[in-house]
Amino acid sequence: MGGELERTGGAPSVAAWEYAPAPESRDVVSFAERYGLFIGGELVDPRSGEWFTTTSPATEEPLAEIAQAGAADVDAAVGAARAAFEGGWSQLRPAERAKLIFRIARLLQERSRELAVAESLDGGKPIKESRDVDLPLAAAHFFYYAGWADKLEYAFPGRRGRPHGVAAQIIPWNFPLLMLAWKVAPALACGNTVVLKPAETTPLTALLFADICRQAGVPPGVVNIVTGDGSTGAELVRHPGIDKVAFTGSTEVGKAIQRELAGRRIPLTLELGGKAANIVFDDCALDQTIEGIVNGIWFNQGHVCCAGSRLLVQESIADQVIAKLKRRMGTLRVGDPLDKNTDIGAINSAAQLARIKELVAAGTEEGAEIYQAPCELPEKGYWFAPTVFTGVAQSYRIAQEEIFGPVLSVLTFRTPDEAVEKANNTMYGLSAGIWTEKGSRILWMAERLRAGVVWANTFNRFDPASPFGGYKESGFGREGGRHGLEAYLRFGDE
Amino acid sequence: MADAAVATGFALPANFRLPRVGAIDAVALEARAAELAKRSIKKESKLWALDLAIRMMDLTTLEGADTPGKVSALCSKALRPDPEDRSVPSVAAVCVYPSHVATAVARLAGSGVKVASVATAFPSGQAPLEAKLADTRAAIADGADEIDMVIDRGAFLSGRYAKVLDEIVAIKEECGDAHLKVILETGELGTYDNVRRASLLAIAGGADFIKTSTGKVVPAATLPVTLCMLEVIRDVHEETGRVIGMKPAGGIRTAKQAIQYLCVVHETLGVDWLTPDLFRFGASSLLNDVLMQIRKQRTGVYRSPDEFTID
Repeated sequence: MGGELERTGGAPSVAAWEYAPAPESRDVVSFAERYGLFIGGELVDPRSGEWFTTTSPATEEPLAEIAQAGAADVDAAVGAARAAFEGGWSQLRPAERAKLIFRIARLLQERSRELAVAESLDGGKPIKESRDVDLPLAAAHFFYYAGWADKLEYAFPGRRGRPHGVAAQIIPWNFPLLMLAWKVAPALACGNTVVLKPAETTPLTALLFADICRQAGVPPGVVNIVTGDGSTGAELVRHPGIDKVAFTGSTEVGKAIQRELAGRRIPLTLELGGKAANIVFDDCALDQTIEGIVNGIWFNQGHVCCAGSRLLVQESIADQVIAKLKRRMGTLRVGDPLDKNTDIGAINSAAQLARIKELVAAGTEEGAEIYQAPCELPEKGYWFAPTVFTGVAQSYRIAQEEIFGPVLSVLTFRTPDEAVEKANNTMYGLSAGIWTEKGSRILWMAERLRAGVVWANTFNRFDPASPFGGYKESGFGREGGRHGLEAYLRFGDE
Repeated sequence: MADAAVATGFALPANFRLPRVGAIDAVALEARAAELAKRSIKKESKLWALDLAIRMMDLTTLEGADTPGKVSALCSKALRPDPEDRSVPSVAAVCVYPSHVATAVARLAGSGVKVASVATAFPSGQAPLEAKLADTRAAIADGADEIDMVIDRGAFLSGRYAKVLDEIVAIKEECGDAHLKVILETGELGTYDNVRRASLLAIAGGADFIKTSTGKVVPAATLPVTLCMLEVIRDVHEETGRVIGMKPAGGIRTAKQAIQYLCVVHETLGVDWLTPDLFRFGASSLLNDVLMQIRKQRTGVYRSPDEFTID
């Protein structure tokens, strides 16, 4: 027997295996037309009478009207937080506080799909990141700090910590809900009440979080959320009724806050910019290192304060690393943030896109060689192709200034000493990465790098138990871990 | 050199040009594989992948209980996997023990479905070289198109890399025009570093394909180990221009898994490798799940497993 068996009906034809669109459903989240300010447990219209529109950076479509909090609104929020602090929250049994924080954590998990879609819509980040990174980590932070709430006396043996009172917290637009978690969870665990100011371009998940607070039974006034632009944040920091300020954002604004607080007895923690060195030695596990470089700079479109935006490669393998990196860039999928196969989403705002374009132009002008991933960018919305600069000198702006976008600057070094010198030669000091198979070299380097976080053979890994924070102009204070509690407690006579 | 009893390190003859051996970071490799496994393949691109998976399949039976009847039935399935849907293609090959090659060749003659035979004292590889050569010779004499040999893991794990290499070279010579797939049995190699070294050895020795497993050892094929081997293939291609194929075998039972493997191939080596000439699945139960998914994709409903033949 035998003979060719004819197929009837041809094979399904797909030219070069294009993945069909695989969009996450938008129906899992519904936004109100308007969101007021979350003050005293209620969403209230702003006394300022002003509203602004939050849009999706991927399509520029309007998503909702958001209240612009003015001085009177901030005053009301601080007043509500003060009343809640004195009206019972600070005296609540710690185990009860823990219970409420655990509830928040569980609700974040239960509503994670909805929140992930909201995060991607409002901020432009790919759904696979909001689904697999932002949401699980945000919930993990609440779980982690819930556990500390009734164990604070063991966190600092021999020292008795007391809550500050009203914590003013200002967070950025790159990880809206996750940064909220980093701020709110330890503050509540330590018995503070909170006035939180989300970023102007990404207020929606914070407003959904307000609903979670209500669902969890958090007493009114313990968590207050005031939305608005930079002026709202300034009002909050200026308010005489606050007891603590925590800020994550740009170094420029961080310095302004520090100036504002000068002469006031208000403890401050700042988590600011970065220009992390991602250091690749010639004995690294090459293909995994390439993935680490990709993750280091293109995770969240490079909108990451600890992004590995300065690649320091040992000269002996630089050509190979760059060739492999360029090849890998060809497989990055840039586009619709809600598509499950999207690797890189939209730039968060028109303003940020302009900033990226300005610095990229400077890089080309200064003489660096530019390479951009061959990808088609959508016409509407704010987009920037993954970009690599080679032949970058330490003196170029793109080697010094934080771009906060999908742009990598590649520099080379010859010896470990030179790598350390170049890595530390920056105003920042938030994070660094080391890629080598040699354990002793990892330890040698980590001792010498002036950066708050040093990753070895990985990058952008976060865990609620691990402290995070900067050196130099990357800020001070630590978030996460036992260290993260310290910022929300007073000790002794403080 | 051939029978060097003492380990000499990873020294290869100078005429085998290869990329650097390098190292593998297990955590990061597995993370990358897990990331690629999350690709969501839908609609027409899914149907295309399922069709391709069938055309890439080495439908396999490797049991002590194999009989001419069993092998014939498997060949029928290979030729016409879904008798109810004539648009479903034949598989790439049928994979059997050497003693069943003649049966398979007779049944598949002229069909385009290849006959692959395991050889070299499969699955352990623990036999004298002469026996391995005879094993291979017999399979080829009976008409096998492809030889799936096993490496000598005992030699590899004791550091006698030259012995491993020389055996592969000898078997390759014996193969003549037949395609040689070299099985590393990654489940016995212990580390990804070893998988990478063994892959390079196999390719240096003349492998046309490198293959993960015999199917007799757990774990058999995994996504990370496949990614590790595909990266070797990519490095070899970039360094020398040689084009090597890949065959994960064992443990791939569902259409969903098959599509994950295809995504890993696609995003590691590109669309050029998405062909039965360069990628195969060694599997037996996978076929029916793929058929079921194709039917589901075309009709919108899942059908009873009883509607698909068990061979």
